[in-house]
Amino acid sequence: MGHWKHAALACGIAFAGHAAWAADEAGVVKTSKGNVAIERGGQQVGAPVGTRIFSSDRVVTGADGSVGITLHDNTILSAGPNSLVDLNKFAFNSTTHTGAIDATVKRGTLSVISGKIAKASPEAVSFTAPGMTLGVRGTSFIIDAGL
Amino acid sequence: MGAIAAGIIGLAFLIMNWQPGSRVVLLPDSNGKTGAVIVKTDTSQQLLSTAYGSASVNTKGVITLQAEDAAKVTQRYASTLDARPQPPVSFILYFEFGSAVDIVPAFKPVLAQLLAALPTYPAPEITVIGHTDRVGSLESNDLLSLQRAQTVRDLIVQAGIPSDIIGVSGRGEREPVVTTDDEVPEERNRRVEINLR
Repeated sequence: MGHWKHAALACGIAFAGHAAWAADEAGVVKTSKGNVAIERGGQQVGAPVGTRIFSSDRVVTGADGSVGITLHDNTILSAGPNSLVDLNKFAFNSTTHTGAIDATVKRGTLSVISGKIAKASPEAVSFTAPGMTLGVRGTSFIIDAGL
Repeated sequence: MGAIAAGIIGLAFLIMNWQPGSRVVLLPDSNGKTGAVIVKTDTSQQLLSTAYGSASVNTKGVITLQAEDAAKVTQRYASTLDARPQPPVSFILYFEFGSAVDIVPAFKPVLAQLLAALPTYPAPEITVIGHTDRVGSLESNDLLSLQRAQTVRDLIVQAGIPSDIIGVSGRGEREPVVTTDDEVPEERNRRVEINLR
């Protein structure tokens, strides 16, 4: 084990790991502040840095909460306070860059910097919010679901 | 009494009419360019393609485009933008013609850069992505690109980085840096990208 790892651990950095991705693993929590939870199969779990995100997960933040997630195709997401975001679908083939992203912002705010799937096949990426569906032609935008 | 009732009705009217269903604000990319989003409702569709332009959708599906003030957008969404993870970073290694093992010119300087950047990424993940030029078949280049990625993965693991944070993939000849005709050797395309996120 290299010296850098001890330094990293001393700084409280978690290691995400991804050599053996589950098929539906979508990404990893990289920033987490205040109240942040993941709802998965009816269960709610906390979402500290290093938490893995899966297809079909719901991300919920409290009034003091925010969370940043990098998906496996390098899509960068962050949700602000009082947000509720459903990651309905994520699939990514790292050889061909085909795949799909489908997310719904039901409440609050979501910032998006699109990644490799949007670049290779933009029609496979969809973000929805109350009353609107977005087609992504790159790359950086904020969705505000109002009330 | 009547004035209060009128006020309440007026306020309710304002809320009903001013509260958009949703809004999207387009931001400039980190390279200064601006992309685009297509906003669709049940009844209409608009292209949003200017930096700090917004599209608001009301409950009737009407889209309103507006130019927003950059500073106000940054301030309004500060807590969301502050939560954005650090953008991924890439380091590139090049390979001799046809070889899955011979790195040119050297691995060590690239390793040093990777080790320097690693502690700045919370819950770091590394993806090692192999590429080839267009000499050879698509299938043989898929294999060669994966072997190149595995070579680099092994070197990174030997340097002390835990293998469980490293993934490998081979892109074959699908993602050239320099576009060439088929069967043309191109040294800039024979490479491995170490992507840290």
